[in-house]
Amino acid sequence: MANYYTDNSELKFHLNHPLMKEIVRLKEREYTFKDEFDFAPLDYEDAIDSYDRVLEVVGEICGNIVSENAESIDAEGPEVIDGHVKYARGTEENIKALNQAGLMGMSLPYKYEGLNFPIVPYIMAADIVSRADAGFVNIWGLQDCAETINEFASEEQKAKYLPRVCNGDTMAMDLTEPDAGSDLQAVQLKATWNEEKQVWLLNGVKRFITNGDGDISLVLARSEAGTTDGRGLSMYIYDKQSGGVTVRRIEHKMGIIGSPTCELVFKDAPAELVGSRKMGLIKYVMALMNGARLGIAAQSVGVCEAAYREAMAYAKERMQFGKAIIKFPAVFEMLSLMKAKLDASRTLLYETARFVDMYKTYMHISEERKLEKEERDEMKKYQRLADIFTPLVKGMSSEYSNQLAYDAVQIHGGSGFMKDYPVERIYRDARITSIYEGTTQLQVVAAIRGVTTGGYLNQIRAYEAEKVSPTLEYLKRTLIILTADYEEAVKKVTAAGDNEFVDFHARRLVEMAGHIIMSYLLLLDTNREASFLKSTKNYIAFAKAQVKAHAEFIRASELSDVGDYKFEM
Amino acid sequence: MKAYNIIVLAKQVPDTRNVGKDAMKADGTINRAVLPAIFNPEDLNALEQALRIKDQFPESKINILTMGPGRAADIIREGLYRGVDGGILLTDRAFAGSDTLATSYAIGQALKKMGKIDMIIAGRQAIDGDTAQVGPQVAEKLGMLQITYVEEVLEVKDKTVTVKRRLENGVETAKCPMPLVMTVNGSAPDCRARNAKRIMKFKKARTVTELQKENEDYTALYNEHPDLMIQEWTVNDIETDASQLGLTGSPTKVKTVENVVLQAKDSKVISAADDEIEAMMVELIKSHTIG
Repeated sequence: MANYYTDNSELKFHLNHPLMKEIVRLKEREYTFKDEFDFAPLDYEDAIDSYDRVLEVVGEICGNIVSENAESIDAEGPEVIDGHVKYARGTEENIKALNQAGLMGMSLPYKYEGLNFPIVPYIMAADIVSRADAGFVNIWGLQDCAETINEFASEEQKAKYLPRVCNGDTMAMDLTEPDAGSDLQAVQLKATWNEEKQVWLLNGVKRFITNGDGDISLVLARSEAGTTDGRGLSMYIYDKQSGGVTVRRIEHKMGIIGSPTCELVFKDAPAELVGSRKMGLIKYVMALMNGARLGIAAQSVGVCEAAYREAMAYAKERMQFGKAIIKFPAVFEMLSLMKAKLDASRTLLYETARFVDMYKTYMHISEERKLEKEERDEMKKYQRLADIFTPLVKGMSSEYSNQLAYDAVQIHGGSGFMKDYPVERIYRDARITSIYEGTTQLQVVAAIRGVTTGGYLNQIRAYEAEKVSPTLEYLKRTLIILTADYEEAVKKVTAAGDNEFVDFHARRLVEMAGHIIMSYLLLLDTNREASFLKSTKNYIAFAKAQVKAHAEFIRASELSDVGDYKFEM
Repeated sequence: MKAYNIIVLAKQVPDTRNVGKDAMKADGTINRAVLPAIFNPEDLNALEQALRIKDQFPESKINILTMGPGRAADIIREGLYRGVDGGILLTDRAFAGSDTLATSYAIGQALKKMGKIDMIIAGRQAIDGDTAQVGPQVAEKLGMLQITYVEEVLEVKDKTVTVKRRLENGVETAKCPMPLVMTVNGSAPDCRARNAKRIMKFKKARTVTELQKENEDYTALYNEHPDLMIQEWTVNDIETDASQLGLTGSPTKVKTVENVVLQAKDSKVISAADDEIEAMMVELIKSHTIG
């Protein structure tokens, strides 16, 4: 009777962050929904109690059903029958259990039959599901495509599709094509308006589509004939019930095998336009991707949790040279650093989720009434923070999930290389997190704005200004020194006035900011809850070494050196 | 017929599955104070069977009947979270100390007040007493047909139920007209998880006694949402003969309780030959070690 929520007190800690009070008040519109919806909370305590209870159900299902099915799903995988996907048996069982528990459409508004949860508890559920099975969280987590419908679709479309999501319809986002991966401007799937049928028809091929045979899909297609760039693309809803899309094949993958990655053929598939024409890539995909990136960050943190726990259990149990291997410095250091990276990723995940909550909730409120000036300022502030924190958390946590999976296998030694232990699957599952929804390299491209515009530095200063207990001041002093290193590095790289030089050092600069931000967040967590002290100390020691290394590299780097790294074609 | 009236009998029990050293008192009875109170596991299997019938015939009504102290209202709430329509907590000092005979008498009398019933579904037995008697006794007292050891309700059609029974030596398919009592085996499917919306709503469900204790200021809410009120029945709400209630109505007396530690004293090696294995089987069956 495992419960993946109640066995991890750190989740509850993040759920009870001080900013939640404000988030929930806004999300619940001052607790005015209770008259219309009998399950809506009466006040803050009531709301948090509900999130807590619902997450307990998520933890129960994940601890007893989803985690138990992970191995067989990995072995069986989905298959294509008559142009449609048939999930592995365990996947079906997982979906049924989560649907019965009403855990689809968690963050959607009450009026569309959702639970109206903020992003924080929804992301927490994803974190938990991912720990149980990182492949399955893709299928379940695609429900956040519904957020894009909620944001941009017409009232009629919302009323038609969102309740279906809340009642268990799965989703997909059909963006990439054989020649359009990271570069979505190259999308060619054709959307043509059929005057006779009064409907848009889609024709072409999509590739690498996660859960491509889902019930409701968001499809990026070229609506403006003759165009070649992103401005000719629009967003559509395709309803599987309409027919017209078949699954040609599913990919044979290294990991997340239970999640079907489809190649789709569209033949006169009827679809509904979302929002305005030509805004598909420019506006809607960006929103969709930001939501998805936060989801991948949650998936990464779940993988970190799983890897850490497997490694810890094995290190305590495995005896060599007459003692448990956890007694050896080489092993306990590895485990402590794993834990520090896990805690650092998780605190950044929930910080980002709170920023997204604040900004999105204000945005939805602004559709209902005019915001006061202070509210507009708040919305803009949190939007800016969400924009620079989303790629940061996706990049950092996905890299850490890979590192933790690697270390977990290492701690298992030869046994970890065998299929006998879950770490072998976790290692394969982790690998995709730093690739899809934008590779780490592309997250850096998005995040570098936070470096050059001073966005990260401003937030670092805000953290610095927060009071911590005198016993923690010495840790803060270290971070102030590291911030000076960061500032100096940013100054040097940007002073050269050369874009390529900035791109060359971008990853280093973003990582420096990331290490400092994560260290501050851990420090502030420790200020609220002493049990984070070990991770905080260990992470800051690690961060210091990393930041100093990058700072040294940049100090010694000149514009002319970049040429030494280039290749002739 | 498209709708059935189903009663699930459920009991709150001490969690004897995780027994520590303080689990038993010196007199050999269970120390309820240290063991968490839970929904009797096989009653959850029974609830799942009831919910599956409701999945198929959504107009059906499921009510839980539980007998116990005030805190057993948790059992009704747990049922509400998972999909039942309501429940009754049968609670009174007069029921204290009931053995299976007095329990089934009280429950039977309560059931008589619950209108026309198509199916009564209960767990096979409770983990605190392991008697498996209450379900069958209730059927006897109400003069209803009964099927025990149900593993799965295969079909509900018109006025007939077909079930799979899990017996020691195999599986049996049984068909029975309604009304009937079924007791469900632990090998039946696990109960579904709680439902998010139902939790958010029914976590506020209370009995009147609980409301009074909590000094609740949610009175207005209950006026608006009568479905959040858990019905509480005392001995005065049902027709009873006092001599058949509680300790007075309970002929069962616990004489002694022994602590038995099972351990093998010696071992015996036999070869893999058929005749030797057969001889061992016969011996084990004879000594009642197996079978």
